[in-house]
Amino acid sequence: MTASPKVGLFITCLADLFRPSVGFAAVKLMRDAGCTVEVPRAQTCCGQPAYNSGDRKDTRAIAEQVIAAFEDFDYVVAPSGSCTGMISKHYPELFEEGSQWRLRAEALSAKTHELVSFLVDVLKIDHVEAQFDGTVTYHDSCSGLRELGIKQQPRQLLGSVKGLTLQEMEEAEICCGFGGTFCVKYSDISNEMVSHKTECIGAANADTLLAGDLGCLLNMAGKLKRQGSNVQVRHVAEVLAGMTDLPPIGEEH
Amino acid sequence: MNDVRNKSIAARSEIFSDLKRNLDIGDEKAREKRVRERLSNPPRNLIPERANIPHSEQIALFREQIEAVSATVEQVAAAADVPAALASFLRDNNLPSRLRLGSDEALNALPWNKTPNVDVQTGRAVPEDAVSLSRAFKAVAETGTLILLSGADNPTTLNFLPDTHIVVVSAKDVVGTYEEAWTHLRETQGKGSMPRALNMISGPSRTADVEQTIQLGAHGPRQQHIIIVDDL
Amino acid sequence: MEIRSPQFKNNAREALVDENLQSALGKMRTGFTSKRAEARARLPEFDDLRDQARDIKDHTLAHLDLYYEAYEEKVTAAGGHVHWARTAGDARDIILQICQDENAKLVTKGKSMIAEEVALNDHLEEAGMEVAETDLGEYIIQLRQEPPSHIIAPAVHLTRSQVEKSFRKSHTHLADDRNLDEVSSLVNEARQVLRQKYIDADVGITGANFLIAETGTSIIVTNEGNGDLTQTLPRVHIVLTSLEKMVPTLEDVSTILRVLARSATGQEFSTYTTLSTGPRREDDPDGPEEYHVVVLDNGRSAMIGSEFQDMLRCIRCGACINHCPVYHAIGGHSYGWVYPGPMGSVLTPTLVGIDKAGHLPNASTFCGRCEAVCPMRIPLPKMMRHWREREFERHLTPKLSRTALGFWAFLAKRPALYHLSNSVLVRLLRVLAFGRGAIGSLPLASGWTRHRDLPAPERNTFQELWRSGGYE
Repeated sequence: MTASPKVGLFITCLADLFRPSVGFAAVKLMRDAGCTVEVPRAQTCCGQPAYNSGDRKDTRAIAEQVIAAFEDFDYVVAPSGSCTGMISKHYPELFEEGSQWRLRAEALSAKTHELVSFLVDVLKIDHVEAQFDGTVTYHDSCSGLRELGIKQQPRQLLGSVKGLTLQEMEEAEICCGFGGTFCVKYSDISNEMVSHKTECIGAANADTLLAGDLGCLLNMAGKLKRQGSNVQVRHVAEVLAGMTDLPPIGEEH
Repeated sequence: MNDVRNKSIAARSEIFSDLKRNLDIGDEKAREKRVRERLSNPPRNLIPERANIPHSEQIALFREQIEAVSATVEQVAAAADVPAALASFLRDNNLPSRLRLGSDEALNALPWNKTPNVDVQTGRAVPEDAVSLSRAFKAVAETGTLILLSGADNPTTLNFLPDTHIVVVSAKDVVGTYEEAWTHLRETQGKGSMPRALNMISGPSRTADVEQTIQLGAHGPRQQHIIIVDDL
Repeated sequence: MEIRSPQFKNNAREALVDENLQSALGKMRTGFTSKRAEARARLPEFDDLRDQARDIKDHTLAHLDLYYEAYEEKVTAAGGHVHWARTAGDARDIILQICQDENAKLVTKGKSMIAEEVALNDHLEEAGMEVAETDLGEYIIQLRQEPPSHIIAPAVHLTRSQVEKSFRKSHTHLADDRNLDEVSSLVNEARQVLRQKYIDADVGITGANFLIAETGTSIIVTNEGNGDLTQTLPRVHIVLTSLEKMVPTLEDVSTILRVLARSATGQEFSTYTTLSTGPRREDDPDGPEEYHVVVLDNGRSAMIGSEFQDMLRCIRCGACINHCPVYHAIGGHSYGWVYPGPMGSVLTPTLVGIDKAGHLPNASTFCGRCEAVCPMRIPLPKMMRHWREREFERHLTPKLSRTALGFWAFLAKRPALYHLSNSVLVRLLRVLAFGRGAIGSLPLASGWTRHRDLPAPERNTFQELWRSGGYE
């Protein structure tokens, strides 16, 4: 590893649009760990909406764009397990074996990491300097958990946040019902799933819900809000970076 | 039947030609060799370590496993002790003292004259039979599973029709794994040959089809009792 | 069986408000999953066994023609008959013919999903035979004239009191004051009624979990023992099975059996695993005098070599269904055909067509729990995505989604334009939030706002802020 690894932040379309503070929290965490962080302008989205709708052609075009924009960095880091999984697990499969694009996709895949896993597994960070007075519960987002094996990393770092108590919920590993376009295409089923999730969140008696993926967070925050719940919702990076002075997701700024 | 028969023959050749077309056949001779070798000399796959223990512990493991699925087990020292053990089991469980068993030599050679109250009948089970007695070919420790073979010695109906099934197994027939049982099976039946029915049984019949509540005695025996005989 | 998959959304909507169903589903949400997890924890080699099970099945599929040749030879040598059926209709005809040759009046059946797939019961009943399902769950749904809602627990959608009602309606011999409050009394009642059926039956039909090439053997795995009574007592035993059930040897099936029950119900081993080879032997006092195996293709041979070949590894344990949060929400009937849940979402389109079953592979969040628990390591989400690709290529995707996706992709491929439109969108959304932190109703995103608020964005996009030096 070079003295100051050069990291390309894949901001993700949802953080770009809804929650820039997640991006700044990610930048702070990585800079504190000694990284140089840049944000290529030529990025839009990882392409999952097209990929999961069966549109291979557009997916490939978007993937090529991401590969070209990020391949010069030492690492590519995204504050999302879902987008990271797309780049690291699915991009290579989009291209024919042995083709130039396949090789470039594989090279990118090898250096792409989800934010918290990057901090813990790659940079070997075992604690953060942050304070958060409250009880939090953590939802394991599906792609991060099952595609990337992210489970203990966020808990380890949260354990080092002063004043923070982690209260696990039941069925933390069960899908919240977001699923990208699923939540609008099958909104009734999605609603049943997120309702079950908010029940589990409520039963955990935490005052803040954390997770590592904005899709899930917007879904759960939107449901909690509709139900009149007092549980606040934040991306885990905000708490780890000590950037919690901004209002939580779904509260007025 | 002819029409259906012909259709089946046509279907067979269509299916085989589809398979051959869709499969990545490559070197046909090599494929055939791989299949021939696997069938004539079946390789063992990964075998769990659980039952890789001394024989006495295998017996204990077998007991533990099958008792966990509601079978009852007792161990006696000698074949001569079996009738008395049986008689007291029947008495303790308020069961009729009539017993159905096949022509198994070892079972028929037991000293039944010591328990004149027990009425022993031979042959396949009939619906009226309440209690049956079989001898297991093997007992597999890893999951607490009895292996019984069909035939005149231990007819299959004994395993399923009566409410209570009692199984005698020789301690030396307790093995660790299924694979060990298959090795013995090939020795007794010949390679590639099977009895008409081979029953692997772990405990009495059960169902969980109503609200996932486990209920014993769905269709087969409500009760399974096993007598392990040290010297049979 | 009528295909109700095109009405998936309606089926699901009805299921979500069905109180009995929701109560029954609530009970299965954690039961199966914790039992599987415990079984896995008890066996350290479990995940390695899954790898081997996958490899065994891949090897078998790659040599399927040869293993079938070996198998057929063994069955014939043991005095049995192998019949081949290209389609569901062919399988029905073969079985009907065997039953008619036997002059059958009463046919008993063990649980067989292939029999559901070919809609066997109706066919035999139309020919004047009585067909008695003997698996308790199958028996219950036969009384109710319903299809199964789960491949290993056909009546999992019902509550005890619904079962009681069905029994009282059909078992007219029951006295009004006969107490059926307990599950045990229901099981006993079914046991008594079915006992006589086993004895009176002319033909017994079972499925097969596996076929063994080495020995010409068919295997059934049950807990109730109904399959054994079904196949042992009548004069004729018919095994209805499908092309992918083959395994080479006893050793190979042992490996797969080690993961089957543990994945399905969390049992160490099912109560009854029965290996059948041919009809009654010369010195056999019991067992069927005729033994027929009907091997169904129904599109499976075409899956070999396709992107759906991995699905042929499926051993029908139901683990993917037991762990599926979508299934937990809507139950099995919503899927509209024989196979529900993730495995059905891959298999059903191959059997009834993606034009009819298009909703199934789409109604998934790709949460990946199915793949994570599949004992045969079938990449179910990946194959659902393959179906979405086929749909997209054939222009079966709904027009509105396709247009919206096209518009989005146009922007996503043009970063400058994309950032500009995002800047506009942020401002628009903030207007619609009316100064609140969340939007309660959004005309073009009613699928979202019908059930939940949409958190409002911050004032600027990240890209805007980053270029202008942050929040300052």
